[in-house]
Amino acid sequence: MGHPESAALFLRDTERVHWHDQAIWFLRQKRDAAARTVPDWEALRERAEAIKAHALSRLGDYLEEFERNAVAHGAVVHWARDGEEHNRIVHGLLAERGVTRLVKSKSMLTEECGLNPYLEARGIEIADTDLGERIVQLNHQPPSHIVAPAIHMRREEVGALFHATLGSPEGLTDPTRLTEVARKDLRRHFLGAQAGLTGVNFGIAETGGVVVVTNEGNADMGTSLPPLHIASMGIEKVIPRAADLGVFLRLLARSAVGQPSSIYTSHFHGPRRGGELHIVVVDNGRSQLLGQPAHRRALACIRCGQCLNTCPVYRRSGGYSYTWLIPGPIGSVLAPARDPVSHRSLPFASTLCGSCTDVCPVRIDLHHQLYAWRGELARKGLIDPGKRLAMRLTSLVFRFTWLYALAGRLARLAQRLLPARFLARLSGGWTRQRELPVPPRESFRELYRRTRGRP
Amino acid sequence: MAARDEILAAVRRGAGPAVEHPGTAGLGVRFADPVVQFAEMARAVGSTCLRVPDLAAADQALRALPVSQQARRSVSLVPGVGASTFDPAAVAEPHALDGLDLAVFPAGLAVAENAAMWIDTRPFPHQALYVVAEHIAVVVRASTVVHDMHQAYERIRHGKGFALFLGGPSKTADIEQALVVGAHGARSCAVLLVEG
Repeated sequence: MGHPESAALFLRDTERVHWHDQAIWFLRQKRDAAARTVPDWEALRERAEAIKAHALSRLGDYLEEFERNAVAHGAVVHWARDGEEHNRIVHGLLAERGVTRLVKSKSMLTEECGLNPYLEARGIEIADTDLGERIVQLNHQPPSHIVAPAIHMRREEVGALFHATLGSPEGLTDPTRLTEVARKDLRRHFLGAQAGLTGVNFGIAETGGVVVVTNEGNADMGTSLPPLHIASMGIEKVIPRAADLGVFLRLLARSAVGQPSSIYTSHFHGPRRGGELHIVVVDNGRSQLLGQPAHRRALACIRCGQCLNTCPVYRRSGGYSYTWLIPGPIGSVLAPARDPVSHRSLPFASTLCGSCTDVCPVRIDLHHQLYAWRGELARKGLIDPGKRLAMRLTSLVFRFTWLYALAGRLARLAQRLLPARFLARLSGGWTRQRELPVPPRESFRELYRRTRGRP
Repeated sequence: MAARDEILAAVRRGAGPAVEHPGTAGLGVRFADPVVQFAEMARAVGSTCLRVPDLAAADQALRALPVSQQARRSVSLVPGVGASTFDPAAVAEPHALDGLDLAVFPAGLAVAENAAMWIDTRPFPHQALYVVAEHIAVVVRASTVVHDMHQAYERIRHGKGFALFLGGPSKTADIEQALVVGAHGARSCAVLLVEG
């Protein structure tokens, strides 16, 4: 099922769609308020874009520098070409140490690799510890948003879920009390875990450090209690210098949730005393994307999620309508690079309004990329035949003045003479929630000719 | 090794023409009084911020706080401010720190634009202290307050070990965007801003 079909299911519950739209728009408003307090916001965005462009242009050197410095601090660096290799490495590390209980903080990379099912099939118990991720884990769902994984759920549903899975009192709906239930349960998991796995927001080539950002402190709990810390990092996360963090961190929390700073911005340089730090550097299609000049800018993404929040299509279709686990504009740009056949509906899940490009803290030209993907999909023959025929006809009509004038005349005539139901069928989805406009008696050209003489 | 070399080769094949690093000069914000700005931001993000003339006053201010009065188990890593009810260095595993009511520790520097405080945990007997405690108090010297994150990173020297920017009490808004303080880490954060 492509995006339009899944979105149609989501849209059946009008009241819920409205609630979802408003809840997510609130994140956009918080971002706007935070961005307005920063006088050099636009200069920051430009600088962030340029630093990422530089880092990606010399990524090979920076990855080597990162590895060298990380190893000097006592970390062990592993390399994984794809998700399968990543999962094998992680499982190997856990199995060697007899780990059976793992706590995880948020990592879209491990979602992408399918790590949880891989480890669970091998007898390892995993607790996702970000509250939103814990909620969707208990609900057997993937995240519906990359920053707020359970944003599609209402408090009553979370209450019912916690009652069923964590034994909280029935009918609990207060977010503070629900969070307390999760805190108590997850504290038990933190204390019992033998290993903690985190994602990586930034890898610093110059110092060999990895930086992990959370608001809840779950990555910090998961890395300061168990002796083994595994950090899974996409190759594109490496930045040249620690000073570059000043630029990215000023943008990240404000863009993601409208806060001036994340609560925990944790810098790991080597393992903690008596502990181990293993960094798994993962490619999984990223080097291939880097090799596509038209699309490599998408690798600059710092996963703030703001392009989702601002997207009129995401807000009204929900994260699960997308065929890729990263929904919204950035996901719709990344997914077809991976698998154009499976994700061919995604570049069309956009109005091309450009709002995503306007809010992106690293200035990825998202709506241009979505548009470019439409062309590439058409050239690959992956466009639905109806759409292709409509495009061909439109192209033809626009190419010849006489044909354009004739088509307009026929359309006006048809609208006057044919029954409404027949016209609705002809106009596809346009008449699902609105009437066709009343046709004018004459075209603009006819009007012009009548009042001003021949053009 | 095969994976490493293959990835690096693919990355080098894929990368476009070299692009210059633009540097970070010319960015940042300046406040009329960065210490006042820091205190305001700290309150805005949910911390309790108390400005005190010296460490003795910081100690008094801390002892007057309900979280301090109600604490049964506490650890202080700042001599003269608060007290330790047990020796954290004598605890073998950090897990034994679960249930710690209050941890007091120093910040190396603090940032006016966003209330972030640089905490270097290398002198800590256990790294977990800052996050496992139910409540925390951070001692910040007013003289270490910088305007923005660029200034902060100019001063920080990264070496082996763990350090973080701490922005206040632990937070979440994962249930219907409702802000809840006290997700996994500290339920409250007192900032003791010491003059001089």
